[in-house]
Amino acid sequence: MVEQLPAIVVLTPMVAALLVTLLGLRRRAWCFPVVIVGLGATLAAATGLLVRVYRDGPVDYFMGGWEVPLGIGIQLRVDGLNALVLMTVAVVALIVGVYSFRREEDVKVPAKTVPFYTLFLLLVTGLCGITITADAFNLFVLLEVTSLTGYGLVAMGSSKRGKVAAFNYVIMGTIGASFILLGTGYLYIQTGTLNMEGIREVIEAQDLFGSTTIVVAFILMMVGVFIKMAFFPLYGWLPNAYSYCPSTTSCILAPLMTKVSIYIMIRFMLGIFGAEYVFQAHATAIVVWLAVLAVLAGSLLALAQVEIKKMLCYLIVAEVGYMVGGAWLANHWGMVGALYHIVSDAIMTLCLFLGASILWSRLKARRIDDLSGAFRKMPWTMSAFVLGGLAMIGVPPTSGFFSKWYLIRGGMEAGRWEYVVVLLVSSLVNAILFFRIIEIAYFGKEPAESHGGAHGEGDVEERVAAPRVRLVALWAAAILVVLVGVFNGELVSFIEKGLEGIPIIGNVGGGN
Amino acid sequence: MGGAVQSWNPLWACLASLVAVVPIVWFGKRGMANAREGATLAAGVVKFGLVLSMLPLVLGGEVVECTLVEITPGLALAFRVDGLGMLFGLVASGLWIVTSVYAAGYMRGSKEHAQTRFAAFFAISLSATLGVAFSANLLTMYVFYEMLSLATFPLVTHHQDKEARTGGRTYLTYLLGSSIGFALPAMIFTYVRSGGNLDFSMAGVLAGTVTGGEGLVLLLLFVFGFAKCGLMPLHSWLPGAMVAPTPVSALLHAVAVVKVGVFCVIRVVTGIFGVDFLRELDVAVVLSWIAAFTVVTSSLIALTQDNLKRRLAFSTVGQLAYIVLGVSLLTPLGVTGSALHIAAHAFGKITLFFCAGAIFVATGKKYVSQLEGLGKKMPFTMTAFLLGSLSVIGLPPTLGLLSKFYLVMGTLQAEQPWLLVVFLVSTILNAAYFLPVVYRAFFPSPKVGGGRPEKFSWAAVEEAPLACVIPLCVTAGLAVMFFVVPGVWVELASSLVGGLK
Repeated sequence: MVEQLPAIVVLTPMVAALLVTLLGLRRRAWCFPVVIVGLGATLAAATGLLVRVYRDGPVDYFMGGWEVPLGIGIQLRVDGLNALVLMTVAVVALIVGVYSFRREEDVKVPAKTVPFYTLFLLLVTGLCGITITADAFNLFVLLEVTSLTGYGLVAMGSSKRGKVAAFNYVIMGTIGASFILLGTGYLYIQTGTLNMEGIREVIEAQDLFGSTTIVVAFILMMVGVFIKMAFFPLYGWLPNAYSYCPSTTSCILAPLMTKVSIYIMIRFMLGIFGAEYVFQAHATAIVVWLAVLAVLAGSLLALAQVEIKKMLCYLIVAEVGYMVGGAWLANHWGMVGALYHIVSDAIMTLCLFLGASILWSRLKARRIDDLSGAFRKMPWTMSAFVLGGLAMIGVPPTSGFFSKWYLIRGGMEAGRWEYVVVLLVSSLVNAILFFRIIEIAYFGKEPAESHGGAHGEGDVEERVAAPRVRLVALWAAAILVVLVGVFNGELVSFIEKGLEGIPIIGNVGGGN
Repeated sequence: MGGAVQSWNPLWACLASLVAVVPIVWFGKRGMANAREGATLAAGVVKFGLVLSMLPLVLGGEVVECTLVEITPGLALAFRVDGLGMLFGLVASGLWIVTSVYAAGYMRGSKEHAQTRFAAFFAISLSATLGVAFSANLLTMYVFYEMLSLATFPLVTHHQDKEARTGGRTYLTYLLGSSIGFALPAMIFTYVRSGGNLDFSMAGVLAGTVTGGEGLVLLLLFVFGFAKCGLMPLHSWLPGAMVAPTPVSALLHAVAVVKVGVFCVIRVVTGIFGVDFLRELDVAVVLSWIAAFTVVTSSLIALTQDNLKRRLAFSTVGQLAYIVLGVSLLTPLGVTGSALHIAAHAFGKITLFFCAGAIFVATGKKYVSQLEGLGKKMPFTMTAFLLGSLSVIGLPPTLGLLSKFYLVMGTLQAEQPWLLVVFLVSTILNAAYFLPVVYRAFFPSPKVGGGRPEKFSWAAVEEAPLACVIPLCVTAGLAVMFFVVPGVWVELASSLVGGLK
C-alpha cells in the first residue's frame, strides 16, 4: 500500500471523478461527499508521501512495473522539490472542495453540478500528475488534462465576459502547450528518451550542451511555460479568465495553476537541463529583468483596478515575477525562496480568493467600493481577508514575510539590487492596495462628518451571515497562512534537503 | 555582566494583555462595562507585576532569556530582558495601569462609541510594546514593531470620521511604508553581512563587516525605517495621529509607540552596529545633525501651534530627537542620557496629555488660547500641567532635569559643543511654548470676559471626573518623586554602557 502511494495520489481524484459522474447522475446530493472523500484521500496520500520523502528521500515509482530502459515506462518521482508542491495542491483542493458546498451556480443551474465536480476532480488529477511525473511527455499530457478542464471550468460561468475570457485562455494556453510539446519533441529527437532524468543523462554523457537543438528546445519549453504561468509580458489571458469565471473555479485555478507552472519551470531547469547550463550570464540577467518588469507591471496594474478579483489577478502576475526572479537569481536562497513562495503564495492567494468570493456572494461586492462597511457586516470574513492581505504585504509572522525574507536575501547575495528594490516596491504597493480596502471596509465610502452616538456599542443590526462551511474553508486558509509562516524553518530545511546534490551556482550561503 | 537566567516570565509579561482581550471582548459584548474595565486593570497589574518580578535579577546584572520558536537555525523569535528593555518595560507597563484608569474616565466622560474595541486594541498594543522592549534580536523586534503599527491603527482612527481617516492614512503610510521600505532591507542586509546573526550584543553583530559608506546608508535606513522615532522629515504621522482619543495620544503617542521607535534606534546603534564600531566608522555625526535639526525645528513649530494636543505632539517630536541625538553621540553619558530620557519624558509627557484630555472632558476646549483663567477652575489639572512642563523642559524638581543633565554632559564628552548649544536653545524654546500656557491659566490677561462676548460659561466648569484627575496627579507625582529617588532608572539606563570606555 505504502509503495503504491504515488499512483494512489493521482488515481484517487480520477476515480472520484468517475464516481461523481456515475453517482451524480442518480442523485446530485451524492456529489459533494464523494468529492470530499476523494480529495481527503488524496491529501492523506500526499501527506504519506511527504513523510516518506522526509524520512527516506526520493520515492520512485514505475507504473505497472515498466522500468525506464524500455522507453515506454511511466515513471512517477516524488522528491524534495515536488513533495511540498504536491501537498499544497492536495490541501488547496480539499479546502476549495469544502468551500464548494452548495455553490450558487449549482442552486441556480442544478444541471451543471455533475459536470462541474467531474472537471474539478480531473483538474486536481492533472495537477497532482504534473507535479510528480518524471517523464517530459507525460508532463505535457497531464498539463493538457489540467488546462482543458481549466478551460471548461472557466467557461461554465453564466457571464458573457467569462466565455470570451475562456476563449482567450484556450488560445493562449494552447499556444503555450504547443511550445512545450515542440521543445519536448526536439529533446526526444536529440536524446531518444522522454524520461527527464534520462534526457539529462544523455545530454551530459554526449556533451550536447553546445547543440543548437538543445538550445532551441530549452527556449521553446521556457516560453511555453512562461505563457502557462502568465509571466510578463505573456500574462494577458490571466486577469479576465480568473476574474470572470465562477467563484469556486477562480479559487482553485488562481492559487494552483500558476504555481504548478512555476514548479514545472524549476523542474525543467534543474531536472532536464541542469543549473550549469541554465544559469548562463545573459539568460539570467534577461529573465531577472523580465521578472522585475513583471512585478512592477503586476503591481501597478493592480493599483489601477476597481474590481477586487481583477486586482488580485494582477497581484498574481506580480507574484509570478517574484518566483521566476527568485528561481533565476542563480543562487541557493533565490531558489529556496522561489520554492517556498510556491507554497506560501498558493495559500495566501487561496485565502484572498475565498474571501473575495464570499464577499461577492453575500454582499454582491465586485468592486472595491462595494466593500463599504464590510467590517461591520461580515467581521469574520473581512478579518480573514485582511489576514491574507497582510501576508501579501509581507507583515510578519505571515508566510508572505518569510517569502520576501528568503527572496530578498537571495537577491542581495546575487547582487541583483533591481530585484530587491522591486520586491520592496511591490510590498508597498500591496500595502496601499489592501489598506485602501481596509479603509473602505472599515470607514465606509463616505465617512460620517461627526462621531459619537452614530453607532452604539455592539452594533450588529446589519450583520450578514456567511455560510458556516465557507467560513470554515476561509479560516482554514487564513490559519494556514500563519502556520506556513511560523513553521517556515521546517519547510525551508525540507526544501534545502531537496536541493542538496543539485548544483546551483553560488550554492549554500552565497558569497559571504 | 552576570549570567543569563532562563525564564518564561518575559513571555507571560508580554502575553498578559493579549490574553486579557478575551475577557474584555466577552464582558464588552454583554454590556458589562465595569467588568471590562476591571479586566483591563487586572491585566495591567499582572503585567506590571511580571515585569517587576524580573527587576531584581536585571538590577543584579543578569539577563532573563527565553526562546519561543527557532525560525531558521540562528534566527529565533526570542526574548531577552536587559537593563534597557527592563527600563522601557517598566515604564510602558506601569503607565498602562494609570492610563487604563484614565481611559475609563475619559471614554465615559466624553461618551465615546465602541469602547470595547478600544480597550481590546489598547491591550494588544501593550503586548506589542513589551514584545519590542524584551526582544532579543532584530527580527523579533521587527515582528512586534509591525504588530504595534497595525494594532494602533483602529485606535488612531477611532472616531471613524473624515479627520480620523486622513490621520489614519498618514499614520500607516509613514509607519508601514518606512518599515517595509527601509528597515526590512536594512535588516536582511545586516543578516547577510553578519553571517546570519541578528542578536543584539554590545560588540555589535555588524562590527568589521561593513565599510563606512555602507554603514552610513544602513544606519539611515534603520533610523528612518523605524519612523516611529519621529525624526524629520518622517515625523508628520505623529501630529496626524492626534485625532485619536486622548488616552491613546497619552500612552501610545507619548510613551509606547514613539518610544518603541527610539528604543529600536538605540538597539540598532548599541546592539547591531555596536557603539565602538560605529565610532570607528565615524558616520554617526550625520545622525546627530539630523536629530539636532529636528530638535530645533520641531520646537519652533510647536511654538506656533494653538491646538494643545498638536503642540504637545511637536514637542514629542523634539524630545524623541533628544534621545536619538543622545545615542548618536556614542559616549557613555550620551547613551545613558538617552535611555534615561525614555523614562523621564514618558512621565512628563503623559501627564501633559492627561491634562489636555481632562481639560477637553471638562470644558470641551482644545486650543491653547481658550485656556485663560482655567487654573482657578481646575487647579489640580493645571498644577500637574506645570509639573509635566517642568519635566519636559528639564527643570527641577523633576526627573527631566536629570536626563537632560546626562545628555548635555554627553555632548561635552563627545566634544561637540555645537550640539550642546542645540540642547540649550531647545530648552529655552521648550520653556517658551509651555510656560505661557500655565501662566495664562493662572494669571489671565484682564481682557478676558470684557472683550468678545464669551458664549462659554466658565461658572459651570469644574475639575474633570476623578478617574481623569487622579491618574494625572499620579504621573505628575511620579515625575517629581523620581527626581528625588532616581536610583532605579539611572542604574537601568547606565547598565547599557557598562562595557564602554
